[in-house]
Amino acid sequence: MTTTATTAISAPTVSGAPHSDNVGVRLRWAVADSLTITKRNILSYTRIPEALFFSTVQPIMFVLLFRYVFGGSINVTGTSYVNYLMPGIFVQTVAFGSVQTSVGLAEDLQKGLIERFRALPMARSAVLAGRTTADLCRNVLTVVIVTVVGFLVGFRPTTGVLPYVAGILLILLFAYALSWGFAVIGLSAPNSEVAQVIAFPLLFPLTFASSAFVPVANMPSWLQGFATYQPVSVTITACRALMLGGETATWVIQSLLWSIGLLVVLVPLAVHRYRTRI
Amino acid sequence: MQYSIEADTLKKTFTGKHEVRALDGVSFNVAEGTVFGLLGPNGSGKTTAVRILTTILQPDSGRARVLGHDVAKHASLVRSLIGLAGQYAAVDENLTGRENLQMVGRLNHLPRSTVAGRAKELLEQFDLADAADRILKTYSGGMRRRLDLAAALVARPSVLFLDEPTTGLDPQSRNDLWEVIESLVGGGTTVLLTTQYLEEADRLAHSLAVLDHGHVIAEGTPEELKADLGATVLEVGLDTIENARRAAELFRPLGSHTPQVSGTVVEVTVDNGPESAMAGLRFLDQAGIIPAAFTLREPSLDDVFLALTGRRTENESDQDGDPALSGGRGRRRGSPAMETVGMGELS
Repeated sequence: MTTTATTAISAPTVSGAPHSDNVGVRLRWAVADSLTITKRNILSYTRIPEALFFSTVQPIMFVLLFRYVFGGSINVTGTSYVNYLMPGIFVQTVAFGSVQTSVGLAEDLQKGLIERFRALPMARSAVLAGRTTADLCRNVLTVVIVTVVGFLVGFRPTTGVLPYVAGILLILLFAYALSWGFAVIGLSAPNSEVAQVIAFPLLFPLTFASSAFVPVANMPSWLQGFATYQPVSVTITACRALMLGGETATWVIQSLLWSIGLLVVLVPLAVHRYRTRI
Repeated sequence: MQYSIEADTLKKTFTGKHEVRALDGVSFNVAEGTVFGLLGPNGSGKTTAVRILTTILQPDSGRARVLGHDVAKHASLVRSLIGLAGQYAAVDENLTGRENLQMVGRLNHLPRSTVAGRAKELLEQFDLADAADRILKTYSGGMRRRLDLAAALVARPSVLFLDEPTTGLDPQSRNDLWEVIESLVGGGTTVLLTTQYLEEADRLAHSLAVLDHGHVIAEGTPEELKADLGATVLEVGLDTIENARRAAELFRPLGSHTPQVSGTVVEVTVDNGPESAMAGLRFLDQAGIIPAAFTLREPSLDDVFLALTGRRTENESDQDGDPALSGGRGRRRGSPAMETVGMGELS
């Protein structure tokens, strides 16, 4: 029954799935498996009303809340508050959205789906790759919605289309890196409820003790260092610079370094958790 | 003889807050085309054995082979040859039945052109065609189990692992599932089945092993086990504990096993149900004792355990767990399916 590399795929005879030890075939299968899981997650996600609400209605509410309720009391220099706010909303929204990664994985574990996946001849990497890719797709939808709402309430980027798109890509990369962090949480939590509860004490300081909604200069001095250089703020500042002008390169590089650094640490950690979790 | 599944001195200990020795040297062989039952209460190691044989877990020591392939060394190959359906009905409840089966088909790397057809075929075979495009949240427990089983069969595996396939199902759904499993076996599939229900093992398995705390404590055909155990349990309820003790003394000659008293109930395992029942009634009548209840029933896992180990099953660990059904210590019956049956229903 052992298949040699020359005959790539054993014929699917009466019983069993095709099997191959050929590296090329296995690689192709790994990509196909990731896409299958991605599709499954997106499909599954469009049928969970809470999740849809989380990534569509909630960001709109945040835009309206800060634009019309709090915005009048917050002074920013150099630009209008709505222009200041929108890059912050983008990053805050995708950061909150990454909670779905941990909740989804914890649920898959809880319901025995991962156990089924482990007994299938699919690629080991596909569950995590498919989950984070699906979350990336969802984030694309979210930034499109927030862009539209932003323009409707008066957001006017000043630097043109290309820098705007670059800013969006920077946010998506950062969100992708965060997803892997939340994958680690999801794979470590005993159930999906705990996965959700663990996520918020992490997210709140990162999104609110940041430059997302108010200038860091108005915060107490002990908080300013953290609020300026933590990854969410760095990405927001880079994004503001790209969309509204100002010092760009240093912040963009810092944001890229954070995202790449997080990926370098978190991907192996998540993979390790996935392999060792029973 | 050709063995489809071979387990050789498997050991597995889970470390953590409490160290659990889930398997402590378990060996068994399953002949090609037969059904093998692993019988045991929660925490006896059944699920751990299945997880090792299906490549999900690595044993600490020992070897396991499926169709001659070492499960640890050739995990990927083994995965392409087996199917697994579990007690948790591991299907995505936000997808439809069809979508679930197609997903599993693609993850099995079936040719693109055959995935949809295979899903349709299975949905029809498992009587789910009408519900094929409904989201699983609307399925009943029995339908989910059928879909779960269908998902395990997408790639037409020749070896199938069923981990407590009917735990938590109502008697009708259980019976339906048994028929499906029987027809699969008729088609030549080798099945390893874990169960807490002696009745299930008796109906489906050609041979079985009884697991207790990670040890095989008995092995053989269901007939052999039942011959050791006695075929029927006579269960008599009395009005007082005193009368129960007297009845237990009276019943001593009925079988080779000592009658067991718990509270006002006396149980004795006998070889010939109706004959023993008549004798038992005569003894009671002669002693002037009128029973409050008088029942013949098939032996449960609990009775097997009592006969083999001298103690009742304890469901101490959720390792294999179905908390809803596991019951507590000193539980009287192993199985909700094995409802007490009246004398008249037994031959």
